[in-house]
Amino acid sequence: MLLTSLSAVDQCRLLDSGEISAVELTQAYLDRISAQEGNVGAFLRVTADRALDAAKCVDQRRASGQPLGKLAGIPVAVKDILAQKGERTTCASKMLAEFSAPYDATVIAKLKAADAVLIGCTNMDEFAMGGSTENSAFKVTANPWDLKRSPGGSSGGAAAAVAADFAPLSIGTDTGGSIRQPASFCGVVGMKPTYGRVSRFGLVAFASSLDQIGPLAHTVEDIALLHEAISGHDPHDSTSLDHTTQFTESVRKPLDGLRIGYAKEHFAEGLDSEVERAVRDALGTYESLGARLVEVSLPHSKYGVATYYVIAPSEASSNLARYDGVHYGYRADVAKLTEELNAERAELEEAGKRREAENLDTPLVRMYRKSRSEGFGAEVKRRIMLGTYALSAGYYDAYYLKALKVRRMIRQDYDRVFEQVDVLAGPVAPTPAFELGSLVDDPLAMYLVDMYTVSANLTGVPAMSVPCGQSNSGLPIGLHLQAKPLAEETLLRAGHMYQTATDWHTKRPTL
Amino acid sequence: MPDYTTIVGLEVHVQLATKSKLFCRCSTQFGAEPNTQTCPVCIGMPGSLPVMNREALDLALKTAVALNCTIPPLTKWDRKQYYYPDLPKGYQISQYDMPMSEHGHLEISDSKDRFESKKIRILRAHLEEDAGKSIHDEVAGRADSVIDLNRTGTPLLEIVSEPDMRSGLEARAYLDELKLLLTYIGVSDCNMQEGSLRVDANVNLHLDSGGEMIATPIVEIKNMNSFRAVERAIEYEAGRQYDVWQETGAKLGDSPKQTRGWDDAAGVTRGQRSKEESSDYRYFPDPDLVPVVFTKEEVAAATASLGEKPADLRGKLQSEHGLSAYDAEVLVNQGRDLLAYYLAAVDVAGDGKAVCNWVSQDVLRVLKEREEPIESFPIAASSLGKFVSKLKSGDLPSSRGRDVFDVMLDKKLSVDEAMHQLGIEEVDDSELETLCQQLLDANPKIVDDVRGGKQQAVGALIGQAKKRNPNADPGRVRQLCLDLIAKM
Repeated sequence: MLLTSLSAVDQCRLLDSGEISAVELTQAYLDRISAQEGNVGAFLRVTADRALDAAKCVDQRRASGQPLGKLAGIPVAVKDILAQKGERTTCASKMLAEFSAPYDATVIAKLKAADAVLIGCTNMDEFAMGGSTENSAFKVTANPWDLKRSPGGSSGGAAAAVAADFAPLSIGTDTGGSIRQPASFCGVVGMKPTYGRVSRFGLVAFASSLDQIGPLAHTVEDIALLHEAISGHDPHDSTSLDHTTQFTESVRKPLDGLRIGYAKEHFAEGLDSEVERAVRDALGTYESLGARLVEVSLPHSKYGVATYYVIAPSEASSNLARYDGVHYGYRADVAKLTEELNAERAELEEAGKRREAENLDTPLVRMYRKSRSEGFGAEVKRRIMLGTYALSAGYYDAYYLKALKVRRMIRQDYDRVFEQVDVLAGPVAPTPAFELGSLVDDPLAMYLVDMYTVSANLTGVPAMSVPCGQSNSGLPIGLHLQAKPLAEETLLRAGHMYQTATDWHTKRPTL
Repeated sequence: MPDYTTIVGLEVHVQLATKSKLFCRCSTQFGAEPNTQTCPVCIGMPGSLPVMNREALDLALKTAVALNCTIPPLTKWDRKQYYYPDLPKGYQISQYDMPMSEHGHLEISDSKDRFESKKIRILRAHLEEDAGKSIHDEVAGRADSVIDLNRTGTPLLEIVSEPDMRSGLEARAYLDELKLLLTYIGVSDCNMQEGSLRVDANVNLHLDSGGEMIATPIVEIKNMNSFRAVERAIEYEAGRQYDVWQETGAKLGDSPKQTRGWDDAAGVTRGQRSKEESSDYRYFPDPDLVPVVFTKEEVAAATASLGEKPADLRGKLQSEHGLSAYDAEVLVNQGRDLLAYYLAAVDVAGDGKAVCNWVSQDVLRVLKEREEPIESFPIAASSLGKFVSKLKSGDLPSSRGRDVFDVMLDKKLSVDEAMHQLGIEEVDDSELETLCQQLLDANPKIVDDVRGGKQQAVGALIGQAKKRNPNADPGRVRQLCLDLIAKM
């Protein structure tokens, strides 16, 4: 029996019955990481000692009959964007390369309270900005299914870690598709919960009104398990919702009279034919399970990407202002920049350019400028500039305010659709995983990969990617399921129903 | 005399008297060691999120209704973005286009009638978080700056007036009245030394240029550390703007708004280095916070919690206790504790005017000498009330009033104990009459003088009467003597 290919739900059972120990399980994953991480590069840091200590502690407590949390002894990988006391939180940025928070994010605290074994911090696009994990300042992550291809992003490390069986569960974050798209590319399940369902406290903000933390795993049952552990109201997050629901029990109940909607806009131009075939097959599967298919329309979905790329960068430009070299993160070499500044001033004065000399940066402004120029990567800077522009006087109404209005219209489309159907099904991404390097020089093409996923963030609805097929070249394809706000239970039950009828989630890459 | 009108608007930042900060639970106590009252939230640590302090909102609401503001049903939080080392998030959480209150007013008046009573309109009052404190050397280059973030996140209410004041004196009256109001309703200690109240003034002139009204460019004055400084800075700035106008003729709109700092020692405003382009704060709604809804019931409850405002109390002192406008102002402006003391004493004495005289002269004098607040005054309000009522009934001769008061004060005694200690007893009228008769008999010259029309001659007898009986009331002795002479 290969422990690392079991689902977390099965592992829990074996741990409970004493057939395996948490140390044994953790060690199995650590061994696999040792063997394969060199090829994949899912982690920024593997916290082996901490994981084994936690596992040991769980085993001891179990032996002495103490009560244990619902994830007791299960390894969980966490995207390196959540604050963890005593651990770095780098956001895959040079800016925060040495940053260590003195507190635990609420999700981390909940994982610890559930006795999960935190096995490592996964790679990502810098500050979660990107769709390929290539914007990491530290390393490239490969797609376990094809090492020349991207795992997707920004939670590429989290998805690759599950796909490669480096951990049965992982935590990602999703601002415009950053859990679902890598889940789709890596052939795992990934869910973005309803906005406000999981506390954002301790999540380093990218776009606060869109960011949401969510689970990745091989099975929908495991997603339910992890989601139950991390969700719930948090007084430290004003946008947190006060809805507590059990998911682990209900997930196995099939849905009677399920109405599945598919939007004609999701099968229009730009969709790869293999992806389309896989998604249509999945719709057929649902039909065979007794669901009724309903064609619906989302007329404003075509504006989703444009709306998203105004709102998300606007919020990002504000959220990332704190990385100024004064309080947090990277600071440019002050001695050197002062020297440069003095030299520039002397040169201008010598040339009789007194006015230019007077208008030179102050040392403080130069320090801000250099720290941010050197500390942030290209994509982060691009978005900060986009957002700063969109919020500037004279442009605010035309961009930010307009985007908010369109956002509301997209939400109205969704509200209308969810009066007709229980679940909306469609593609997650227009194509399977693309090759590493193929889109890095074309940011606009990269942004368009988000066309099917951003609306869930703009509207706040829960959404999930479930493996539903493979391309001819053996690359995974994901099925996008969305439900109305707070309807995670419906979403999970629909996802689990699909997995009981198919075996895509049991497929593993050959490493 | 140059012919111009000074136009003044004030922006006042008031620190609300909450125990904890606006968006976290850190203490707002003044004077702690630098950077000891901080947490991940107020220092803007990556991943942290703000959670609104309801107490701050309640105090802000109370202030807003006290300032007669309209309270909109919905208000929200916005981010005001700029880079400064004492602003750790790179933005300040404030309120931009939907402030929690607007369109109020505060009435000012002057008991010395140096200006007419008027309503100063309040444009808006909104909540925001304070920044930290930078302590730095302005010299470019290697100078080290240090930052204290204890103050970061402290709740401030920014109260913006319309440009309705016409002199430094009016501005000062507005500030005095505002401070008094805020301390009466208990929302702030308004301590300028500790930064709980800060004032910026916007000043320009309206002048008549050949029948056409001209406005000079608006100048914002900062760095004023007392109300007196505000008054002086405005008067100075008005004169300076007049001189500049005569020299350059520069009008409003010719140049961007200038900021000048007040140099209290030199008594001048000085231009501060300003950016060439105007700042763009890129305000937008803070996505980490939810909008705040005010129900009618909440607004009504805040209004009900106000109690009487200083202006109401001044009116009441005049109408119910017969005080002059001046006396009423003196008492009310001392603050609510002294006024409570006064009213408690009046309850016992039943004579508002007499109590006012003792409070506004003797009590206030002692407090000032001792630099103590009314809470530590040795004579309790009820004791002072009894003292005044004894004076009024004549049980305590008015000539001995101050002696008794001093004993009560120094020895912390009741009025009866003090009188006893001084050997003051009531003198029976018949006893006094006998005494007066004896004196008249022994001083026929004085009797003749009085009869001859020199009533003041009786004065000499009063001294003698006091020697024989120190408790003799001088007024009574005088009256009895005159009566007896008339009968003779």
